[in-house]
Formats: sequence, structure tokens, C-alpha cells
Amino acid sequence: MTTTSAAPSRRPRSRAPLTGRQRFANFSYRATPYVYISPFFILFAVVGLFPLVYTAYVSLHEWSLVGGDAGWNGLDNYASVLGDRKFWIALRNSVSIFLLSSVPQIIFALLIASALDTNLRAKTFWRMGVLLPYVVAPVAVALIFGQLFADQFGAINNLLGTFGIPPVRWHVDPLSSHVAIATMVNFRWTGYNSLVLLAAMQAIPRDYYEAAVIDGAGRIRQFLSVTIPGIRPTLIFVIITSTIGGLQIFDEPRLYDQFGQGGSDSQWLTLTLYLYNLGWDRFDFGKASAVAWLLFLVIAIFGLINLLLSRRISTEGTR
Amino acid sequence: MRTTLRARTALGIATITGVALIASGCASGGDNTGDEGGEITLTIASFNDFGYTDELLAEYTAENPNVKIVHNRAATSNDARANFFQKLGAGSGLADVEAIEVDWLPEMMQYSNKLYDLSDPAVDGRWLDWKAAAATDADGRLVGYGTDIGPEAICYRSDLFAEAGLPTDRAEVAAYLEGDWDRYFEVGHEYVAKTGKAWYDSAGATYQGMSNQFSNFYEKNDGTIIATENADVEKTFRTVLEESADLSAKLGQWSDDWFGALSTGGYATMLCPGWMLGVISGNAADTTGWDIADVFPGGGGNWGGSYLTVPAQGKHTEEAKKFAAWLTAPEQQIKAFQNAGTFPSQVAAYDDSALTGAVNEYFNNAPVGEILINRANAVDPTPPFKGPNYFKINDAAQQALTRVEEGQQSIDESWAQFVSEVEALG
Repeated sequence: MTTTSAAPSRRPRSRAPLTGRQRFANFSYRATPYVYISPFFILFAVVGLFPLVYTAYVSLHEWSLVGGDAGWNGLDNYASVLGDRKFWIALRNSVSIFLLSSVPQIIFALLIASALDTNLRAKTFWRMGVLLPYVVAPVAVALIFGQLFADQFGAINNLLGTFGIPPVRWHVDPLSSHVAIATMVNFRWTGYNSLVLLAAMQAIPRDYYEAAVIDGAGRIRQFLSVTIPGIRPTLIFVIITSTIGGLQIFDEPRLYDQFGQGGSDSQWLTLTLYLYNLGWDRFDFGKASAVAWLLFLVIAIFGLINLLLSRRISTEGTR
Repeated sequence: MRTTLRARTALGIATITGVALIASGCASGGDNTGDEGGEITLTIASFNDFGYTDELLAEYTAENPNVKIVHNRAATSNDARANFFQKLGAGSGLADVEAIEVDWLPEMMQYSNKLYDLSDPAVDGRWLDWKAAAATDADGRLVGYGTDIGPEAICYRSDLFAEAGLPTDRAEVAAYLEGDWDRYFEVGHEYVAKTGKAWYDSAGATYQGMSNQFSNFYEKNDGTIIATENADVEKTFRTVLEESADLSAKLGQWSDDWFGALSTGGYATMLCPGWMLGVISGNAADTTGWDIADVFPGGGGNWGGSYLTVPAQGKHTEEAKKFAAWLTAPEQQIKAFQNAGTFPSQVAAYDDSALTGAVNEYFNNAPVGEILINRANAVDPTPPFKGPNYFKINDAAQQALTRVEEGQQSIDESWAQFVSEVEALG
């Protein structure tokens, strides 16, 4: 590195004052690294930090889409959101849909990934096949599943009918609607998560497996004691991202029926949908921003819980 | 001093990158509607299909060679609505002529001062009175030129009517159903008794038709909410739900099941604005038997329709007004009707043979032009008042109706929840 060798590191104080040229060289040497990394920070400030702070600012004001700022109103927005029955229903729905989607999703993704990690014929074909649902636009997924989950003429209820099982009221009962929505989410994201996990599994040295085989470990034992600990950081990453994604589900519930209001009794109103309706149907940006911040807190809490849980589970495997 | 030179260049490049990043974030949306040589560009924003084809717009530019027209079409009226209100508030970015739907007209009328006054003696009396009245604000400024309307008739399945021993000819059906809502329900019970099938699609759609015939349903003219005190609201709510117990197929409009039932005969009648004809024929193409009767319970009704407005923020408001006036003139609206089936709101168009002679093959060759003209004339000339809270209240009411139809709550429980939701709006 020529740069470091020519660097004016420590100068004796007694030296003559620096020339302008030297001064600039000095400054440029110190400043350059920061400028190099500045694009990220500038981008982050513009698209990350600014909206975050501005949303907090808006949430403390009476703010309508058309009229704009109508003055400070302190924590009124938060109070009225927390006092709204719909907020709590939306929180319940978000958590329920998140659990119904993330948990099976990660279990299936793990199983699919470990299946793909074995010596298969036509590897690329299977791997691409797993990713296919992810390529389908969420709106298209919602339309297709809408046909499947229609209450009276839906394919699933028809199928159940042939076995003499009474139709499930997909758009009436909260839990059924959550299952239907979670199915769409799982359809879309399981393959994607499998590929991420597969990449991590491929990085595990094969020697470990050989050693395990010599020690007499079976398939399941290998999976639990070699694979899982080996992909621990990736697994945590997948769990955290799917937590964030799961609590922010929007497209699927929005397109689940023709109104996008989350059902006649808010059966599948999620927090993001509630936020959207406040902002874009009621034009109340103040309250919508308050919901955004509350959602942020909820996600942070769930993210922390998940981080602690998943750490424990995977470290237990290694010990 | 190779090093410093390199460091300096690097600093320069990095700085440029950083600055460029910021700059690129801000450099959007400079529109070039320059007026060099008296030439101007007018932008018009519409959604769905207004029937404004390039050929139609070219007729205007041929007459006005100094004008260039750019037409932006949004896919859905919801997209258009969000865009419209956001930019109306921001004070810039809207097109010179903005199309708006009657559904968000009440919200827009709160901000009528942000729209250019389009009143003009030249267009007085061009539209049906109620169409123009809805777009006139408290100060008497007309802020929207009417394009199309949705006068409602009754669509029915003649094959199912025959099965039930009811008249099947559209004139006889009209005569048989003539009367108020009670008559409509009475015939419904007759039909249900004979066939055991549902009479209409949903409580929600029927309630909508009934509620639109009151002048002050949810709100007083000053915007005070009266939804919970107004006896008409509770009476309509309860009547519809009590009748719906056996009359309704309980299929929410636009749901997958609702579309499916268009062809399977899940319901025998439907409240039918002009534009619904295309929805039915498009989604039940193989079904024969749909017909349309020149009748509507309790008088007339309108569902849907649009306006053209000129935002005051535009640069060429006067030219935009002239353009909007031309586009909404009867001659042009007839062409739009031929292009996209948008039924004219202009009185003079009703004498045009292109409209009076319009026949719909799918609906058993019904003279739809003539029928819809009659239905348009039957609409009460004082439009129902819909204030800024109309949509929130109506959404709550529709959800309340659905809760009962789904069997989640009794009528009393659902009404109580509706009342508490409306009170929370206050």
C-alpha cells in the first residue's frame, strides 16, 4: 500500500508550518475513507432515517392527506389508535397470521433444503422449481387462491364437499381466513427461504458428515447435530426476516376479498392493512403514522424474542 | 507525489458520487409544458376506460392546432383517487384536466376551492339537473363537467322467471314490478316460494339502492352526522335484513362467488346501472336468459358516473376548461358511449339516434338506450347529500349488513356495533 507509506503520520512539532498543498493532502487523506462510504449513509439517510424520523414527526400532529399539517396534537393519535378496537383486532390477526405462516414456512423450508442438499439428479431443475412460486406476483397469487378459497364455489370447498365435509367459511371465521392467507404467504416464501438455507447447507464441510457417519449417526441425527448448528447464523437471519415480513403482511389480506377492508368484522385486518386504510381511505396521516410506529415497536419486540429463542435452540444442538 | 494526486482524485470522485446521489433524488418531476410560439400542452388524466380514444382527442387538436394533448390513464379509480388527493394537497403535479369518479366527489367537494370554477353560460342546462347539482359547491361554483352516469334498472333472468311462473317479457316484468320496494320484496317472496332460490344477490346492494333515494340519509346538509338518530337509516337497515333472510343469495358484490352466481343462477334479479350490463355479459358470456326491465323500485336511482375537473393549480386553466367543455359536449360523449359504453349525462344526447337506437344483443336484444334514458329521467332531481363522512359511515353500514348475512351477529347486535362505530367517528 503506497498510500500508507507516504502518509504524514507523526510530525515533530518543531517543523515549519505546512504548505497549503500539504494541508490539503493531509485533509484528503483523512476525509477520503468517509467519502468512500458516504453513498451508503447518504442513501440510508434519505430513504431510511428521514422517513423514520419524519413519520414520528407526523404522528404527533393532526395531519390529513390533502390539508397537510393541521397542528401539534401530542400523543392524541397514539391514544386514539390504542383506544380503537380495530387496532387490537389487527394486532391479534397479524400475530396469528405471522405464526401460521412463519412457523410452517421455516420447518418446510428446512426440510426442502435438506432434501435438495442430497445428491439429486437434475439439481438445478429442482432448485429452480422451488423458486418458481416466488416469481409469481403476489397479486396473481391472491387471484388464484381467491378462486380456491371462495366460500361457495371455491375449489377447496367443492373438494371437501365430495368427501361429505361441510364447507369451510373462509371469509367469515377469523381462523379459517388466517389459514387461507397464511397459505398464500407460505406458497410464495417457502421456496425462497429453502434456497437461502440450501446455500448455507452447502457451505458445511462434507468432512463433518463423514465423521458423523463413522460415529454411527443416522440421517436424522446428522440433520440435528451437523446441519442445524452449521447453518445457525443463516437460520437466525431467515427467522428474523420472516418475522418482519410476517408482521407486515399486506398484499394477501388486502386482496383476499373485493373490498380490501379486512372483512365485515375485521376478521383478517392486519396492522399494515389498518395503517393503509387510515392513510389512504380516511386520509388521516397522523393516525396512520402512529400505527406505523406502533408496528415498528411490535416488530422489534417479536424480533428480539425470536432472536433469543432461535439462539438457544441452535446452540443446544451444538453442545 | 503520486499518492496525494490519487487520493485527491478519489476524494473528488467519491464526492461527485455522493452529490449525484442526492441530486438524482431531487431531480424528478420537472414537467415541460412550455408555451413556445403560443403552443401549449394539455394533460388529461383518466382511469379505466372513458372512451377517450386517440382518434377522439385528435379531433380536438385538429380544430385547435396550437394545442397538444397528453392522455394519462390510471388502471383503477382507486389509484386515481390516491394520486388526485395527494397532489391536490401538495399543490402541484396534477394534470390540467382530471377525471374524478362520483364515489369520491363528496370528499373532493370539501376542497372545491382548489378547483377551477367551470361555470359558464355556454354549458348551462347541458346535463341532467342532479348531475350538475352534485358538482356545484355552496358558493354556486360548478367544479366538474359531467361525463357519464349509471341510471339503474332491474336486470333479471327470464329463464328463472319462467320457472317460477312469473312474467318473462320485459314490458310485462316492468309492469309487474312497478311500485315501491315492498312490491319488489313481495314479488321476491313469490319467486322464492316457487323455486326455493334467492331473489337478489345481497342485502348490501339492495340497501345501497334504497339508501340512495333519501336526500339526507347519514348527514345533514351542514355535515352533522345523523346516521344513528335518523329513523330512516335504522328502518332501511332492518327491513333489508329481515327481507334478506330468504330473498338474498348473501353474495357480496364483486366477490368470486358473486361472479360465479351470475352464470349459475344464484339470484334472479339485480339492481342494474347501465355499466353493469357489460359486467354481466362479460362474466357470464355463455348464460342465456339475462334481460333488463325498464323499472326501478321506489322511482329512480343512479349508481356511479364521472366528471372532468380542472385543478386550479394548473398552468393553462382556461384552455383546460375549454377542452373539458368540448369533451363533455353531447356529440363527443355519444362517441365515448360508442367506444366504451359510458352512458351520457347530457340531456341533448338522449335525442341522438346513436343512443335511442342502441340495442344489446346479449340481453335478448333489449333496447338498452331507450330503457336507460327512461331510467335517467326517473332519477330524483335533488341528489342525495353525501358529505365528507359518507364513506366511513357507509362502509360501516355495509360491514354491519355483511355480518348479519354471514350469520356472525343478529340484526340487533350488528346494529349496535354500527352505532358504536359511527359514534367513534364523531
